[in-house]
Amino acid sequence: MKAETNLQKILARGTFAVTCEINPPRGTKVDAVRENAAGFKGKVDAVNVSDNATASVRMSSWAVSKILLDAGIEPVLHMVTRDRNRIALQSDLLGASALGIQNVLCLTGDHPARGDHPEAKKVFDLDAVQWIAAVKQIRDQGTLMNGEKISGDPGFFIGAVANPFVRSLELHILRLQKKIVAGAEFIQTQPVLDMEHFKAWLNQAIAEGLTDRCPIIAGVIALKSAAIAEDLRHSVPGMMIPDSVIERLSAVPEDQQLDEGIKMCVEKIQTLRETGGVGGVHIRAPGCEEKLPEIVEKAGLLPRPDVS
Amino acid sequence: MIIAEHKPMKELLAMIEGFNNILMVGCKGCVTVCNAGGSKEVAILSAALRIARRRQDKPVTIDEFTLDRQCEPEFISWLDEQVKKKKYDAIMSLACSIGPQYIAEAFETVVVLPGLNTGFMGGTIEHGIWGEFCAGCGDCVIQDFGGLCPITRCAKGLLNGPCSGSVDGKCEVNKDMDCIWELIYERMKNLGQVDRLAEMIGAKDWSTSLSGGPRKIIREDLTL
Repeated sequence: MKAETNLQKILARGTFAVTCEINPPRGTKVDAVRENAAGFKGKVDAVNVSDNATASVRMSSWAVSKILLDAGIEPVLHMVTRDRNRIALQSDLLGASALGIQNVLCLTGDHPARGDHPEAKKVFDLDAVQWIAAVKQIRDQGTLMNGEKISGDPGFFIGAVANPFVRSLELHILRLQKKIVAGAEFIQTQPVLDMEHFKAWLNQAIAEGLTDRCPIIAGVIALKSAAIAEDLRHSVPGMMIPDSVIERLSAVPEDQQLDEGIKMCVEKIQTLRETGGVGGVHIRAPGCEEKLPEIVEKAGLLPRPDVS
Repeated sequence: MIIAEHKPMKELLAMIEGFNNILMVGCKGCVTVCNAGGSKEVAILSAALRIARRRQDKPVTIDEFTLDRQCEPEFISWLDEQVKKKKYDAIMSLACSIGPQYIAEAFETVVVLPGLNTGFMGGTIEHGIWGEFCAGCGDCVIQDFGGLCPITRCAKGLLNGPCSGSVDGKCEVNKDMDCIWELIYERMKNLGQVDRLAEMIGAKDWSTSLSGGPRKIIREDLTL
């Protein structure tokens, strides 16, 4: 069964989609999740919940997704193949469906060596492309990876990620194409901070006809401070933060850097909105998630369409 | 070959603590080639341990013996007479970990100690530097990747790589490590096979790997 989620309907209509992302707590306190969720209502089309991002332990993505659902927010469940083999991934996918979670973003995940438990054993039984194909098979054929029939008729809207900020564009575009052929129905990118580089990648994706087959949601990021930008640059694999961005943040006093970061993010959203081939934005605001509704508002993306 | 290296001196000394009559056994196979456990290394390491123990006022006797190979029980039996005669309280093997395990099976009442950390199946990159090339998955598929192994040489073992962490031809785990997917891409370009990189490689059957427990290869035509 094809899922009819809010996000899927908005993208299908060709409306510029708006999603954001939260990183679950390192612990059992979910007050901040609930508070943020209340603020997100009506301001974004769906909220991504990361799965132990940067290979660092956080509350499970499905649990936080369920908390969002209960608060009336549509989640995008991240599922990385780093920590679970095909048995555990399929099991959690079925569980997510039973809880009402339908948007599933399939990723490989950062390597444990980059995380907070570098001594952990890696799994990587599947890669992201194989996991996308498996989710599609479970949905469309009603069978597990081994071909056995499942009960029920789960609906999933399948997403994948891409990093435009790479040297070998052709190689990475080939992989993007594989993800779309395997079953990805929307693509989210790493945060766009270097527009020229992003456009080079996007033009290649357009040339290959990929944007016609699958909407691209461009990532954007609100940087809280120059120090945080510097830290993210080194700690998050694949994150490209140009010097000019850090220089602009550093040029204002520390207590105004967050405002400047928000301003830069809003400008980027407006530029992306006018860029052909971009189907929406995925906004991240690490360490200042409560600012996300304000960013959406300032970018002129409100009100969000009601597609129910 | 199997690449191995000495355990740190501190660990070796802790391991032989309380033992006074030890046999150190080298191997003339892979570990001789990678300078970790041949007769030369047995001589150097046993001398170092003797000196260290003398300094602790706890002198130790370490006899030396290097076998043609330790991965064949037949060669291990060459130790029988000496072990019986000298009544060692421990045998330290300087082979890959196959050696000490065979020695343990052969001498039921003698403590066996591994003197090496066994690394991997690898090759020489340059003098004194060895690299890993094969994970022994039991079902070789490198023909699909220009003859290079992403299972071993990609830190995530991706069959449909590269990942988003590969931005400048280097691995996200360590910038000194080449992204094998960039090398596969270069190879495929040279072979005129870049289009093959668009083919999805399905989920691998890991049952031929160590996942299924220790493996055996049985050649009916050779068994007695």
